[in-house]
Amino acid sequence: MAFQAPLESYSGKIREITLGSDTQVAVGGENTLPFYTFEGNIPNRPRIAMEVYDTEPVGWAGELKSAIGDVWGDPVAWAKKCESEYGADIVCLQLASTDPNGANRSVDEAVATVKAVLEAVSIPVMVYGSGNADKDGEILKAVAEVAQGKNVVIGPAVEDNYKSVAAAAMGFGAKVAGETPIDVNMAKQLNILMSNLGVAVDSLLIDPSTGALGYGLEYCFSVNERIKLAALTQNDNMLQSPTVSNLGREVWKAKEAKISQEDAPQWGDEKKRGIIWETLTAIAVMMAGADILIMRHPESVKLIKKTIAEFGV
Amino acid sequence: MALTGMDIFKQLPKTNCGECGIPTCLAFAMKLAAGGASLEACPHVSEEAKAKLSEASAPPMRGVTIGEGDYTLKIGEELVVYRHEKTFFNPPGYALLVEDNEDSAAIDAKLALLKETSYERVGQILRADLVAVKNTSGDVNTFADVVKKVTGAIEYPLILMAEAPAIEAAVEAASLAKPLLYAATAANIDAMAGLAKKYSAPLAVKPTSLEELAELTDKLDGMGVKDLVIDMGTRTLKETFQNLVFTRRLALKKKQRPFGYPTITFPAEETDDDMMEAVHAAVYAIKYGGIIVLRDLSPEKAYALFVLRQNIYTDPQRPMQVEQGFYPINNPNEDSPVLVTTNFSLTYFIVSSEIEGSKMPAWLGIVDVDGLSTLTAWAAGKFVPERIAAFIGKSDILDKVKHKTLVIPGYVAQISGELEEELQGWKVVVGPREAADIPAFLKSFQPVMA
Repeated sequence: MAFQAPLESYSGKIREITLGSDTQVAVGGENTLPFYTFEGNIPNRPRIAMEVYDTEPVGWAGELKSAIGDVWGDPVAWAKKCESEYGADIVCLQLASTDPNGANRSVDEAVATVKAVLEAVSIPVMVYGSGNADKDGEILKAVAEVAQGKNVVIGPAVEDNYKSVAAAAMGFGAKVAGETPIDVNMAKQLNILMSNLGVAVDSLLIDPSTGALGYGLEYCFSVNERIKLAALTQNDNMLQSPTVSNLGREVWKAKEAKISQEDAPQWGDEKKRGIIWETLTAIAVMMAGADILIMRHPESVKLIKKTIAEFGV
Repeated sequence: MALTGMDIFKQLPKTNCGECGIPTCLAFAMKLAAGGASLEACPHVSEEAKAKLSEASAPPMRGVTIGEGDYTLKIGEELVVYRHEKTFFNPPGYALLVEDNEDSAAIDAKLALLKETSYERVGQILRADLVAVKNTSGDVNTFADVVKKVTGAIEYPLILMAEAPAIEAAVEAASLAKPLLYAATAANIDAMAGLAKKYSAPLAVKPTSLEELAELTDKLDGMGVKDLVIDMGTRTLKETFQNLVFTRRLALKKKQRPFGYPTITFPAEETDDDMMEAVHAAVYAIKYGGIIVLRDLSPEKAYALFVLRQNIYTDPQRPMQVEQGFYPINNPNEDSPVLVTTNFSLTYFIVSSEIEGSKMPAWLGIVDVDGLSTLTAWAAGKFVPERIAAFIGKSDILDKVKHKTLVIPGYVAQISGELEEELQGWKVVVGPREAADIPAFLKSFQPVMA
């Protein structure tokens, strides 16, 4: 009996969305599961958005300090380095310091940082708020305005602020990432709500939330996989948005990524441990279907890019 | 071709004796048809019926065990392509590669480290499963000596990577029980099949293509060698991944018996970079690797790979649970705060890691609510005042602290009054709703001292 490859075909396709203005980057567009190049097209490899924080990080792993400590505290220098040295496809500016429960920086300060970063790099920029829904609503509106013409992504739009974030995205021509807590139906619902408000479907990205390795990765894996299967095999239009995984932040919170070798000798080499924790988290979400990986450590980024290259995508 | 439940039912004794563990013959037949049971569980089925059914009732992917005793590894018997469809059942085995021409002291050190590289997480022991010994030297006696040395150092079952004469010498010298023999090829299939039969050992098959794979497994099946593990023969990430997807589909969706075996993959032979080796291993742990052979299982890579496997092989319908009890975090003392939450593993991990990150000492009480998160457990009537009070009452927390202040999750603020009534003498404080706000909370919080 001659061998016949058990190929499958898909009725749906992920929307291809182009980000940025100077140097543009397309995301999505695939009509098959991640790295299933034997039965479909993957025109755009998974893209790496590297994190830049708007303020000097506190309490981060020693390994991160030695890798990027020379630029942190200076978002412009950090963003430039992501573009020119680390090979980021996208810069993801995390406006963590605007959190009212933290430094509570003002809208004006945030806008100034966004403006400076946009001027410093030519690759696309995503701007993520602190996660405080009310403040993000305010901040992201001002961000979309100052970034008009730059074709940025703003997010996360959540249940409690999607109206103002969606309005800002529509008004100033930004893409918007909607974040829902690890649930396929909620991800779909938020996309429906935003498109009902008038946001074009090709401006929508899905952020289905990320749990790091050991911290709920299994849920995040299956939600990502189910979103892709619904989009591809059931042609579910509202789940065909490219997906984002905001994983760097989750990974580097885990003690396995940041505890010192002295405090946890059983977990081995401290330098490699955080990098591998981030890399394996990224591998899992990528294998489950994430189109944009928001990552932190340049070495993890290198390993993921190498993996994508080995897959021939 | 696969039979339906009714086809199978006709061949069963229809006694409904229940000795198979399932109350009726019909239900047992349905389970057989779905691949969820083995005909061997029925003690009364006739030999004639057995012969008729054995082909059709076998699970679409055979289960294979390697080794004997406490460290036996079972792989295979997977029923789904995506874990959310049901669950992945038998986690892949991680194997450390040892070559018989390596420096003797280096082998000792590797095995000693491997033995230590064992962790407990959510009540499970996470460790490697196998040692693969490769006859790189080409010398039969050297191989037997190294195999003997390995068995003396560690109890994990072995994969013997050699030609038949060296394998035979090693099995005899070390009196091995059911090692995985690696590997039968078109050239040596008769000799390898002979050894597999002689020692009742599982046998790996290494073809040059998937077409040849089917020929080899068919031939071995005909020779009565059925405990097979398949190597795709490829040594690049892209090709190995593709073949893993193909064989899983052929076995489960196309029910093609020649592909219905667990797999073995070799990150060790696909890259020289230790980090990329871990990446290849991670890909195969996620999609369809049965055994994963690595050159480097140093703790920082091993622990991440073990946790990844645990995550992927968690039953999506049965949340992971943490054992009930009080967990000390950051060396708490008698003045430290006492917090409670539920035994859903994710809740525990997130709450404990936030407390750890805060550097503030605390006692974290974990209440058994069948693995639900706080709000779900409350809604299900499980994370409720009586149950929390009973947990506190039975615990020895009052031997550890000299206050009676209890912090509960913000999501169950509504139970605070009732809980105070149940817990006479205690003050109940409502903590933050989100774990991320715990550090800020702890920094300003002081238990009320008696």
